[in-house]
Amino acid sequence: MTTAPVQARKQPGKGSRREPLLWGMLGIGTLLALFEIIPRFGLINSRYVPPLSDVLAALGGQLTDAGFWTALGSTILGWLLGLAIASVLGVVGGVVVASIPLVNRMLSSTIEFLRPIPSVALVPIAALLFGTTMQATLLLVVFASFWQVLVQVMYGVRDIDRVALDTARTYRLGTFWTVRRVVWPSIMPYVVIGIRLAAAVALILEITGELVIGSPGIGKLIVIAQSSVATSTMYALVLVAALLGVLVNVGTRHIEHRVLFWHASVRSEGA
Amino acid sequence: MQHVEKHPILSVESLRKVYGAGAGAVEAIGNLDFTVARNELICIVGPSGAGKTTFLRCLSGLLAPTSGQVVLEGKKVEGPPEGMAVVLQEYSRSLYPWMTVYDNVELPLKAKGLPAGERRTAVTEALGAVGLSSSTKAYPWQLSGGMQQRVAIARAIAYRPKILVMDEPFAAVDAQTRAELEDLVRDLWQRLGVTVLFVTHDIDESVYLGQRVLVLSSAPTFIMEEVRIGLPDERDQLSTRALPEFARLRTQVYELIQQAKLVTYRTERPVAGEAVSHSV
Repeated sequence: MTTAPVQARKQPGKGSRREPLLWGMLGIGTLLALFEIIPRFGLINSRYVPPLSDVLAALGGQLTDAGFWTALGSTILGWLLGLAIASVLGVVGGVVVASIPLVNRMLSSTIEFLRPIPSVALVPIAALLFGTTMQATLLLVVFASFWQVLVQVMYGVRDIDRVALDTARTYRLGTFWTVRRVVWPSIMPYVVIGIRLAAAVALILEITGELVIGSPGIGKLIVIAQSSVATSTMYALVLVAALLGVLVNVGTRHIEHRVLFWHASVRSEGA
Repeated sequence: MQHVEKHPILSVESLRKVYGAGAGAVEAIGNLDFTVARNELICIVGPSGAGKTTFLRCLSGLLAPTSGQVVLEGKKVEGPPEGMAVVLQEYSRSLYPWMTVYDNVELPLKAKGLPAGERRTAVTEALGAVGLSSSTKAYPWQLSGGMQQRVAIARAIAYRPKILVMDEPFAAVDAQTRAELEDLVRDLWQRLGVTVLFVTHDIDESVYLGQRVLVLSSAPTFIMEEVRIGLPDERDQLSTRALPEFARLRTQVYELIQQAKLVTYRTERPVAGEAVSHSV
């Protein structure tokens, strides 16, 4: 009879991970090289697409500009705040709607009606209510990302394992411990997926709001750069927005792995 | 009543469960009537589809019976009772993967409001009793199936139940692990003086483990027969299973199960006494 624990599955060695990374870098490198070469050799008019080196120079200029950092701060703040509000509302709403059958029956058709509304269609309303302020964009961000969280949490509540709940009942865990140690961890994977999707959508809507409504942020700087024909600066700012998107994606995936270390989708990756 | 105890710890009285109503009603449990004595190890065996799951849900207070009742230590079961711990077949679903082995065992004790010191002692002892002292910090999914079921057993005994109910606990583990776990159950039962109600579909297992085996009919369930297991208390996987008495008992139970599959039985009030009239 063996009583020693089966060893935790080992993380894959760095070596096996390095190779895909290498190929990925090569892909990005090629893209960047083309970005430099094509405008340089006049294949595309460099007035519309400046070469990479010009864009990077413009980016360097931005980095020393206090206005850029203020704008970046506004974008990140708006995004985070919107995401936080949407997450709290989505989790609370999802749990309430999915666990109370009466509320579920009452609201499910309303949810199905409101959810497909493209958030961008709310731009005029937001602008009317709040003008060209941060609140206007915040409304868009919250509206768009709220549904992502809500729907996932609703799935999560419906998907709680009956055996896990029966076990909680037979051991008389009571509401407090059942919610804290059984229900919450059970819906956690759905909450995390919801927030990950919401984070991406929130960033899109944040930049869109800044572009269209003109609320402070990177999006507004892009519009200003475009209208003043500062093409390299415009590209530099788009690049910043792209990097933000990548960071958001990498960050949420990292958090997902840390929070869901016990979940089959995460732990099987090491096998 | 086939086996009347003076002070039964558990009595199941005219238990009946019908799902639905009217023409579409399904009678899952026809009539169950039996008692379990204190410190007894009783096995319940039946053909597949014998309504064992329904019966266990009624027994553990998760499901209200249509009529009849379950009485544990003189108190009618109306919700999950305090003195009962249940070990299910699906260990991977009944253990919580987000908690360590230690935390899984400790959680019911926390909910019970046991002070920290007592909890630590109870959890450590229980994990020691099932041979898992070295795996306290592991997560259930890092352990083999047999070890996970040991964790579930440790959680049950740390809870200090008056009766330990096991629902086909070893159906999902391999044969060798199964033999080890059977001996573990016998050992814990003898050492801890707990009453065990063990449900299985495995005939050999029921004969090897039990002092008494109740054979269930197919649904709507009633007790076909009660078989007293007259094997010595000290049991051993090799010698006990080689005894002529073991062979005789397993044949008897086997034939009863075959019979159970053939019997079609439908009456409003079952004649349980008749069904067990040739009881040992």
